[in-house]
Amino acid sequence: MSAAAADVATKVEKPPAIPRGWSRQRVLGYALVGLWIVLGIGMIVYLVEAWNSELFQKYAPGYISGLGVTLTLVAVSIVLGAVLSVPVAYARMSRNRILSSFAYAYVYFFRGTPLLTQVFLIYYGVGSFRPALEAVGLWGFFREAWYCAIFSFTLNTAAYQAEILRGAIESVPRGQWEGAASLGLHKLQTLRKIILPQALIVALRPYGNEIILMIKGSAIVALITVYDLMGITKLTYSRTFDFQSYIWAAIIYLIIVEILRHAVEWIERRITIHLHR
Amino acid sequence: MQSVWTLLSWGPEGWLDDIAYGVFITVSLAAATLPVGLVIGFLVALAKQSNEPSLRLAGNIYTTIFRGLPELLTLFMIFYGAQIGIQQLMRLYDPTAAVEVNAFVSGMIALGVVFSSYASEVFLSAFRAIPKGQYEGGYSVGLSGWQTMRLVVLPQLTRIALPGLANLWLILLKDTALVSAIGLADILRQAGVAARVTKHAFLFFGVAALIYLLLAIISSFGINAIERRVGRQQVQR
Repeated sequence: MSAAAADVATKVEKPPAIPRGWSRQRVLGYALVGLWIVLGIGMIVYLVEAWNSELFQKYAPGYISGLGVTLTLVAVSIVLGAVLSVPVAYARMSRNRILSSFAYAYVYFFRGTPLLTQVFLIYYGVGSFRPALEAVGLWGFFREAWYCAIFSFTLNTAAYQAEILRGAIESVPRGQWEGAASLGLHKLQTLRKIILPQALIVALRPYGNEIILMIKGSAIVALITVYDLMGITKLTYSRTFDFQSYIWAAIIYLIIVEILRHAVEWIERRITIHLHR
Repeated sequence: MQSVWTLLSWGPEGWLDDIAYGVFITVSLAAATLPVGLVIGFLVALAKQSNEPSLRLAGNIYTTIFRGLPELLTLFMIFYGAQIGIQQLMRLYDPTAAVEVNAFVSGMIALGVVFSSYASEVFLSAFRAIPKGQYEGGYSVGLSGWQTMRLVVLPQLTRIALPGLANLWLILLKDTALVSAIGLADILRQAGVAARVTKHAFLFFGVAALIYLLLAIISSFGINAIERRVGRQQVQR
C-alpha cells in the first residue's frame, strides 16, 4: 500500500519551475538599476576629478559648522515646539468653543501656509513694529535672523506636533479612559500611565517624519542669511562656482535623513515587540 | 504715508495687480507640476510593487533620494546643474554659448520629482490595499494585464489613493513658494518686492500668507467635491 502510494508520488509530475528568463520587466529593471549605477559612478568620478584639496581645506570646516547649525536649529525648535504643542493640543481637544476654535485657527494657519512665508513674515515683517518692540525690549531678539528662524520654526512645528499629539491621544479608545476612571485613577494619572504609553506608539512614526521634515525644511533659513548647511553651500557655490558644493550638501543631507529614518524604524520595532506575534 | 487700501489697490499705485500675477504663476506652476508628478509617481509605484527585484530596487533608490533631499536643494541642483550641463553640451558646438535655464521649467521638474517620490508611496500603499483576487478575477474573465490594470485596478486605486494625493497637492501648493528663491515671480516674490519698495513688510507678507491660506481652503473645497463624487460611484457599483 505504502509502496503504491510512493509509486504514485513519484509519478505525479511537479509543476514546471517558473521560467526566469529575460522578461520585459527584468530587462527594464536591470536597465534602470544600471542607469542608477552609472549615475552613481559618474558622480564619484566627478567628485574625484573635481577634487581640490585647497578648496576642501578652505570650505570643509564651514560645512561641518553648517551641519552643526542645522542640527541645533532643528533640535531647539523641535523641543520648544513639543513644549508649546501640549497646550495647543489641549485647547484643540477642549470642549470650550472659543479655546478650541483659537487652537484650530492657529493650527490651520501654520499648516496651511508655506514655512518660507512664515519665516519671511517674522524676519522681515516684524521690522514694521520696531518702535513697539524696542519699547518692550524685544527688538534685539527679532533683529537676529537666527532667533527669527528658531521662533518661526517653533511656531510651525508646534502646530504640526499638536495635531500629531491630538491624533495619537484620540486614537486610544474611550474605554481606556472609562476603565481607568472606574479604577479610581484621576485624569492626570490616567493620561500618564494609561493613555500616553499607548498613544506614543501611534505617534512615534509621525514624530519621526516631523523631525525629518524639519531637517529638510530648515534648508530655507539659508534665504534669510543664516549659515546652516544650505547657507554654507550657497556661499561656497557663489564664491567658487563649483557644482560639487551642492553635491556634498546633498550627500550630507541624505545621510542624516536615512540615519534618522532607520533609527525611527528600529525604535518602532523595539517598542512594538509586545504587539507582534 | 500711503494708506493700506491704496497699497492694496489695483493699478500703478497699488500692488494688487502684481500680486495677482504672482497668484497666477503659483497656481499655474502647481497645476503644471501635478500631472507630471502623478504620472512619474504612478510609474515608480508600479516598479516598486512589481515581482522583479531589480525594478523594485530602482524604484526604491528614486524614492530614497528625492524624499531625503531638501526641496530647496533639489531645486537649486536642478536649476544650476541643468544650466551647467546644457552649457557644457552647447560649448561643444559653440564655445561662446551662454545658457539661461527657464526658472518655471526648473521649478516644475524639481517639484515634480519631489511630488512623484511621495506620490509613489501613496500609490504603493493603495496597490497593497487591493486584494489579489481582483487581478485573478480580471485574468479569469480573459482580460489582458493592461486591461485588468485599466478597468479593474485603476478605478479602485484612485479611490483609495485620493486622500493621500489630496494631501500631497496641499503640500505641493506650499512648496511652490520655494521657486521665489530662483527668481520666479510667484506670490512670495511679488510680495517681497512690494515689501522692499513700500517698507510695509508685515502687510505684504501677511497678505501672501492669507492668499496661500485661501488657495488651501479653495483646494479643500475642490477635494471634498471630488471625494463626494468618487464616493457616489462607489455606492452605485
